[in-house]
Amino acid sequence: MIAEIGLAALWLAAALAVLQMVSGAFALRGAEGAINPLAMYARPAAVVQAFLAVLAFAMLLWAFMVTDLSIKLVANNSHSMKPMLYKITGTWGNHEGSMLLWVGVLALSGGLLAGLERRLPERTMGATLAVQGFVALGFYAFLLLSSNPFERLPVPAVEGVGLNPLLQDIGLAIHPPTLYAGYVGLSVAFSLAMGALLTNQVNPAFARVMRPWVLGAWVLLTFGITAGSYWAYYELGWGGWWFWDPVENASLMPWLAATALMHSVAVLAARDALRTWTIMLGVLAFSMSMLGTFLVRSGVLTSVHAFAVDPERGAFILGLLGLYIGGAFTIFALRAGAVSEGKRFSVSSREGALVFNNVMLSAILAIVLLGTLYPLVTEAFDVRVSVGPPYFNPASAIFAIPMFLVMAVGPLLRWKEDKPARLQFEVSLIAAVLISAIALASVVGDIPFLPLLGLGLAAALAVAAALPLKGRKLTRVPTATWGMVLAHFGVAVSLFGMACEGAFTQERLAAVAPGGTEQVGDFSVTLQNVAPVAGPNWTAIEARLAVSRNGGEPVILTPQARNFWSPAQATSESALLTRWDGQLYAVIGNQAEDGRWQIRVWWKPFVTFIWYGGLLIALGGVLAIAGRVRVDVKRRTATAMGDVRRADLEALNAAPMPAE
Amino acid sequence: MKAKHQRLILVIAALLAIIGAGLIAAWTLRNQANYFYLPEQMAEAPPAEGQAVRLGGMVRPGSIKTEADGVTVNFMVTGNTDDAIPVRYSGILPDLFVEGSGVVAEGSLGPNGVFMATNLLAKHDENYVPKELEGMGTEQAAKMAADTTVGLSQ
Repeated sequence: MIAEIGLAALWLAAALAVLQMVSGAFALRGAEGAINPLAMYARPAAVVQAFLAVLAFAMLLWAFMVTDLSIKLVANNSHSMKPMLYKITGTWGNHEGSMLLWVGVLALSGGLLAGLERRLPERTMGATLAVQGFVALGFYAFLLLSSNPFERLPVPAVEGVGLNPLLQDIGLAIHPPTLYAGYVGLSVAFSLAMGALLTNQVNPAFARVMRPWVLGAWVLLTFGITAGSYWAYYELGWGGWWFWDPVENASLMPWLAATALMHSVAVLAARDALRTWTIMLGVLAFSMSMLGTFLVRSGVLTSVHAFAVDPERGAFILGLLGLYIGGAFTIFALRAGAVSEGKRFSVSSREGALVFNNVMLSAILAIVLLGTLYPLVTEAFDVRVSVGPPYFNPASAIFAIPMFLVMAVGPLLRWKEDKPARLQFEVSLIAAVLISAIALASVVGDIPFLPLLGLGLAAALAVAAALPLKGRKLTRVPTATWGMVLAHFGVAVSLFGMACEGAFTQERLAAVAPGGTEQVGDFSVTLQNVAPVAGPNWTAIEARLAVSRNGGEPVILTPQARNFWSPAQATSESALLTRWDGQLYAVIGNQAEDGRWQIRVWWKPFVTFIWYGGLLIALGGVLAIAGRVRVDVKRRTATAMGDVRRADLEALNAAPMPAE
Repeated sequence: MKAKHQRLILVIAALLAIIGAGLIAAWTLRNQANYFYLPEQMAEAPPAEGQAVRLGGMVRPGSIKTEADGVTVNFMVTGNTDDAIPVRYSGILPDLFVEGSGVVAEGSLGPNGVFMATNLLAKHDENYVPKELEGMGTEQAAKMAADTTVGLSQ
């Protein structure tokens, strides 16, 4: 019964998407100012559709919680003995479930937009909802026609197959839903951009409507990428935090586009400049989300993330991708000329700096995109290559370095036009910090070029991030400005972590007999013993390592080599010792013939700053949203109060004056 | 400056940067992409010393030897011919790395003709297989890899 309710809800939601699309499109037919009577169905259709799609997802969630083995998806991906948490997270740990989550979030954000947003003209709103319905319809079709999550088995399975053990982790509870919500938030930005383009409403009022969606999506993407990076770091047991894996790139590309879009939409809202550029980035950002979904979902990649290897599904998503991206760029090409030029600005202005960094971000995006697609292209010509850090690191640094330099100065510039001479003190301070940090670091040790530069830039950016506060009364600085300062400071913190990891990591790999001791950095690591242990659905061998720093009190670390039995798979569970200035990372390997155990230990100074920085960046985005919303609410209440007072005055004036 | 001109300059600047990025990407990709080699291809036309490449094939039975330090292994990788490439690797071996299994080694050729691997990829469960060995039994791995890398040696 659960599956049938879910499936019915999904079909109904698809039907409502059609209604939303058609009704929204009628809004365009109306004359300027007049409201087409057929356009009134778009908003309710979006709201009800959101309810139905969320209901469908809740039904699947329920089926996984009770392990309903008559449903094919549950039987293939779950197991009755699995801990409850992983039964729940397993709902989206597979192809169909994660696509249903995608569509659920898409419908929910469409419903929120339709239900809450009242600032836009009705024609623009209608066009936006029509685009949103069109996008949703494609994904409903994909789910219902090629990956039905509610398919029943003719005979219920006796027991489920289980979930890939790598995915049995709390990381899976956080990482995909936040990334999906981020992708889908960009779909709303895309629909709004198309709506504004179609109805010629590209102006600051539209930018203010779009901004919270872009900011929200960007915060979620930032958080999702940070969580995903940390998850890969401790779960894969390779000691790395970013692999330039195509699936990681698939989440990085929308983030780069969203970062550019967020800054561009801010310029449009504040200064009425960069109109077409903002629309272009809106299209680009959602195209990258779609491309990411295609890369991950189509099975063209082999990685832990690719659950599905099914050419039919790949072709379907590729078709959707071509339809939406192609359609969007066609409309853009046809309509962009009609968007009139925004306000102008000189090169040395805040807009100028933002445009420069927008272009740099787009260039990095191009580098990542080409590197990710290159192996797919060469494979078509029967040449197999892989592209890794030796390509991505230097190629993206070429554009990242000037971007960081401009980012340090940009927020200090005035809007419209500024004299560089005014910032003599600030610029020389930043340059002094940059140069002295690099000089200091190169005295400390022999550091590779990019980490060395990273250390210098991190120091300079940390100082530069605080400079916009100079000479201002801190209690009167707007919340949104605090958000910017915090996010830019987070970039410095993250960069510092990356550079330290690259420059100062120490590694020790050895075969150790029980009782033996190895030294890595300041730490001495003693293997006490190795013993078998068992969990709810795995068995493991566990090493007990006594770790002491400079002869201090020892701490016990227990890395494991786990064997899951459903499905049968081995994983390495790393053990981490976190200190304020870094992390000790230990894994256990095989036993040598003479009875010694392989132990691999890294000391990674300040590696945690990478993720602290990511969290700071996301928090900066949250502050920016909070600040904007507060200002907006204040303005609305002020307008409302003004209206009331004016009405009162009019009522007073209209009332017959008492005779004197 | 006229209004129309500013937009034009912006578009040209953006285009130049993107084209620059494309050129840099193309140039770096030519130099830095890791090519996939079979043992016989590596024997015939070895890559430059120190150039990062991938070597894929089968671990020759009886060839795995662990050194005294307990973490360095030496083994031979064979393909479809008698050519065998010696590989040296220090680190924790993948779980299903055994004699006769398919393997892809990432690394570069050392001065003495030994392939110094920095990472080994082996089939370690049903869901995650090195791309080059996807969908093949361990016996067929080298043979199939040869069929799919036509044109590499030309």
